[in-house]
Amino acid sequence: MKALKSFGYFIGLPVLLIAGWWFATRDGGSFYVPTPDQLVTAFRTIWLGDGFTQDALPSIARLLVGLALSIVLGVGLGIAIGAIDWVRWLLSPLLEFLRAIPSTIMIPVLLLLIGINDAMKVTIIVLGCLWPILLNTIKGVASIDEVQSDTGRVYGLTGIDRMRYLVLPAASPQIFAGIRQSLAVGLVLMVVSEMFAATEGIGYAIINFQNRIDIPEMWSGIVLLGLLGVALSVLFQIVQSRVLGWYEGLKESAND
Amino acid sequence: MSVAQRERDNPVAAPPQPENSRTPSAIGPYKPLLLGVAGSLGFLLIWQIFSAVGPVSSHYLPPPTVVAAEFVQNLSDPDYWIAVGYTLRSWLIGVVLSTLSALVLGVIIGSSAFLRRATHSTIEFLRPIPAVALIPLAALLYGPVLSAELLIVVYACFWIVLVQVLYGVADVDKVATDTALTLQMNFWQRVRYLIFPTLLPYLMTGVRLAATVALILAIGVELIIGTPGLGLDVALAQINDDAPGMFALIVTAGVLGMLVNWLMGTVERKVLFWHASVRGGARS
Repeated sequence: MKALKSFGYFIGLPVLLIAGWWFATRDGGSFYVPTPDQLVTAFRTIWLGDGFTQDALPSIARLLVGLALSIVLGVGLGIAIGAIDWVRWLLSPLLEFLRAIPSTIMIPVLLLLIGINDAMKVTIIVLGCLWPILLNTIKGVASIDEVQSDTGRVYGLTGIDRMRYLVLPAASPQIFAGIRQSLAVGLVLMVVSEMFAATEGIGYAIINFQNRIDIPEMWSGIVLLGLLGVALSVLFQIVQSRVLGWYEGLKESAND
Repeated sequence: MSVAQRERDNPVAAPPQPENSRTPSAIGPYKPLLLGVAGSLGFLLIWQIFSAVGPVSSHYLPPPTVVAAEFVQNLSDPDYWIAVGYTLRSWLIGVVLSTLSALVLGVIIGSSAFLRRATHSTIEFLRPIPAVALIPLAALLYGPVLSAELLIVVYACFWIVLVQVLYGVADVDKVATDTALTLQMNFWQRVRYLIFPTLLPYLMTGVRLAATVALILAIGVELIIGTPGLGLDVALAQINDDAPGMFALIVTAGVLGMLVNWLMGTVERKVLFWHASVRGGARS
């Protein structure tokens, strides 16, 4: 009974909204809004057909490569910068400025410097996603608990072991906060860079449909991006609860 | 309410933490500042040399001296200030609209257990949808005008603020709630004295995140739909093969970004002067 009730809560509002949409477009839909079945048909013919390999896969691949590079670079540089005081002081004003540049404005420049290719799109994703991860890692590493750090020294933890057992775990809640921000930024940059200049990709496909006034097809692309966003966020939460399980548990028990 | 308590519900976007307590007292208080200046100058120097002898032609990667000249020249150009004004206008209206609507809806939804449960799945689904996906729709509906930009900015920022407001309302202390009931506070009194003070740090975090995202999206929409503003100017500079102009506009965007960060930090400190996270930071 209880499970049924939470299922009702879960499904209730979405069902109502879709019913309302269906009802409002029952005489064939307006110019801008397709009917639900038009949208489903468009989605199936495009994204479950050729569009998946032609546009969706390259986009997703670029996004994942960009995110992976940002995480590796951000965490690696962040640990180095956060652990050494003078490096942090040397770079912090510069990083503050570079971080503040709204990353979308870099797209035309990279287009000029690199050209319309995968490297340009991966670069723009890295340029946007790097900062939240980098700055959070620096903050996490620089604010490691003194007692923890001293304890590590007493136990003779140095080099790789110190990274593996002290620095990375202590900074990981902050690092994950950074990665979470990066996911949203990465998706935005993937889409905008493809809309601005590309020959394939989800963003390119959507803009193309818009130019040809193929409204249901355009909406199907929007839905696909929504599903992609939801999938990324679910995936992130699974990884986070695995990696940070100990941290969540620690805070739970600290509050009891 | 401890910091740990706040973080339990919200490990991701917690209100500001007290700064790291390590102070550079032993090495002289000006060392971070001097090193920071040295680092920035070093970067400019490397850029200058790279532009002259690097693998990229200096036509596409102009040296900082040329970019700086262009930036200074821009400052006396009224069109430049108009473009900056357009971008800032969409930014400001977008942030204010999304904050107000998210605050009102968030307090209403958050105060009712029924509404919270009933809207949870919908919010979790709509929130991760990238707002830029709606750019073509905005272009069709409005064309290159302010409304198109606002649709995207407000859609993105609304969810960011709403989620923070919901966290904040959920974080209200149980004992404080019972106390408020014992004192027979009415709805508005509870909102004012009970919910609002708990909510405020979360709201400020949401607004700070939204302010950054709003600037990224405002410029992104200008690039693609061509609404007037910095994004359109950069796109035009690219078409005209005007690399110094582009870099000067990027520097402008960076300055705007820093101003936004600084403004949000200041507002947060002023509004939350009574809160532990700010007071703790001032003490150390």
